[in-house]
Amino acid sequence: MSWQWFHRMGSPRWFYQKSSVWLPWLGAAGLILLTVGCIWGLGFAPQDAKQGNSYRIMYIHVPAAFLALAGYYIMAICGAIGLIWKMKLSFVVMRAAAPIGAALTFISLVTGAVWGKPTWGTYWVWDARITSMLILFFLYLGVMALSGAFSREQSGDKASALLALVGTVNIPIIYKSVDWWFTLHQPATLKLTQASTIDPSMFYPLITMIAGFYLFYAWVLTLHTRTLILQREWRTQWVRELLEQPVPAAKS
Amino acid sequence: MCEPESNSTAPASTPGFYTLFRTEFTLAVRRRSDIVNPLLFFVTVLALMPLGIGPEPEMLSRMAAGLIWVMALLATLLSQESLFRGDYEDGSLEQLALQSQPLYYPVLAKVLVHWLVTGVPLAVLSPLLGMMLNLGQGGYWPLLMSLALGTASLSLIGAVGAALTVALRRPGLLLALIIMPLYVPVLIFGTGTVQAALDGYSYGPQLAILGAILAAAAALAPLAAAGAIRISLEN
Repeated sequence: MSWQWFHRMGSPRWFYQKSSVWLPWLGAAGLILLTVGCIWGLGFAPQDAKQGNSYRIMYIHVPAAFLALAGYYIMAICGAIGLIWKMKLSFVVMRAAAPIGAALTFISLVTGAVWGKPTWGTYWVWDARITSMLILFFLYLGVMALSGAFSREQSGDKASALLALVGTVNIPIIYKSVDWWFTLHQPATLKLTQASTIDPSMFYPLITMIAGFYLFYAWVLTLHTRTLILQREWRTQWVRELLEQPVPAAKS
Repeated sequence: MCEPESNSTAPASTPGFYTLFRTEFTLAVRRRSDIVNPLLFFVTVLALMPLGIGPEPEMLSRMAAGLIWVMALLATLLSQESLFRGDYEDGSLEQLALQSQPLYYPVLAKVLVHWLVTGVPLAVLSPLLGMMLNLGQGGYWPLLMSLALGTASLSLIGAVGAALTVALRRPGLLLALIIMPLYVPVLIFGTGTVQAALDGYSYGPQLAILGAILAAAAALAPLAAAGAIRISLEN
C-alpha cells in the first residue's frame, strides 16, 4: 500500500486545494440535515409527557454538548499527531478546532441554562455535569490563550498541543460524571451498546440533528483551517498565485 | 516526550537525583522569602475571610475546609511561577536539558523541593487555621492528610504549566488560566475528604483517590513538564 496519501495530508497546500472540492458538499449536507432536524424536532416530534414542549431544546443542547466533547478529542488528537509526526497541517487543525469547540461548549452551557429554568426551576446549579462542562470551557480557553502567547508560531503550536493532551485527562470525567455521581442532571439517554431510553419519534429527529451538527462542525473546521492556512502561508508562492488570480464570477 | 536516554552511559559528572535534590533544597532554604511569602499570603487571606463573609461560627465552620483548600490552591499557584524561571533565565535549565540523563529527574527533584517548602508547611499550618475558622472536631486530621497528599499533586500538575509558560515574559495570569481547570479534581476530592469526616462517614475512599491522583501525577506530570521545557527552550 502506498503511503503517499498520508504524506500528502501533511501539506497545507494539498489540503487547501482538496478541501475546496469537499467544502460545498459538506456545507450543503450539513445545512440540509440541520434544517430537516430542526423542523422535525421543533415542529413535528411529540410533546414530552413530563417536560412538555421545553424538552425540545434538547435538539440543540444534546448535539452541541456531544460535539463540545468530541471537539476536544479532535483538537487533542490533532495536537498529538503534530507532536509525534511533526505535521504542520495537524497543528493548524488543532488551532482551528479550539475556538469552535469553545463556542459549542458555550452553546451547550447556555441552552442547558435555558432548559434548566422550566425543568429544575433554576438557571444554574453546581452539579457535576454542568460544572465539568464549565471546566471544559476553561480548558478550551486555556489552549487558545497559550497558543496565542508565544512569539514563535511553532512553539505556540507545540505548547498548546501538549496542554490539550494534558487536559484530555478531564474529558472522561466529564463524560462519565452523570453516571458516577448522583446529580440533578439526568443520566445519558443515548447509549451505544444498549437500547436508548427515548421514544423513536423523538430519537430520529435527534439523530438527524446530531449528524447535522457533525457535518456542520466538519464544515466550519475546514473553513477555519483554510483561513489559518492562508494566514500562515501567505509568504509562499502558491498562496500568492492564489491571491493574484481573479475571483471566479460563479462564486460571487 | 522526553527521549528515553539510557542512564548507564552517562558521564560521571552528571549529577544524580539526590545531588540535584540537595542543591535545590539548599537553594530554596536560603531564599527564605520564597518559602515564607506563599504561607504569609495563605494566612493573610484566610484572616480576611471572616471579615468578608461574617464571623458567625456556624457559617465559618461549614466553609472552613473549602476556604483552606482554595487558599492552598492559590498559594501553590503563586509560588509555582518561579519554579523554573530562575534556571531558565540563567541558562542552567538548558544545561539540564543537554545532559544525557532524562529531564524527568531534575523536574521531579524541583517539584519535590517545591512541595517540601510550600505544600508541607501549608499542611502543617492547616490545623491552626482550621481552629481559627472553627473547623468541626474530627476534621483536623483529614484536613492535614488531604492537604499533604493534595498539594503534592498540585505541585506536580502546576509544574507542567510552569514549564509551558517559562519562556513567556509575563506568564502570571496565563499560568493560572491553563492550570486551574486541571486542579479541579484534586480540589473536589480534597474538600470531599474533610466533608466526609465531618459528616461522620469514612474518609478513606476520598483519601485513596487523592493518593491515586498523586501516583498518576508523579508518573506522568514530570514527563509532560520535561516535554514542555524542551518546547520552551526552542522558543
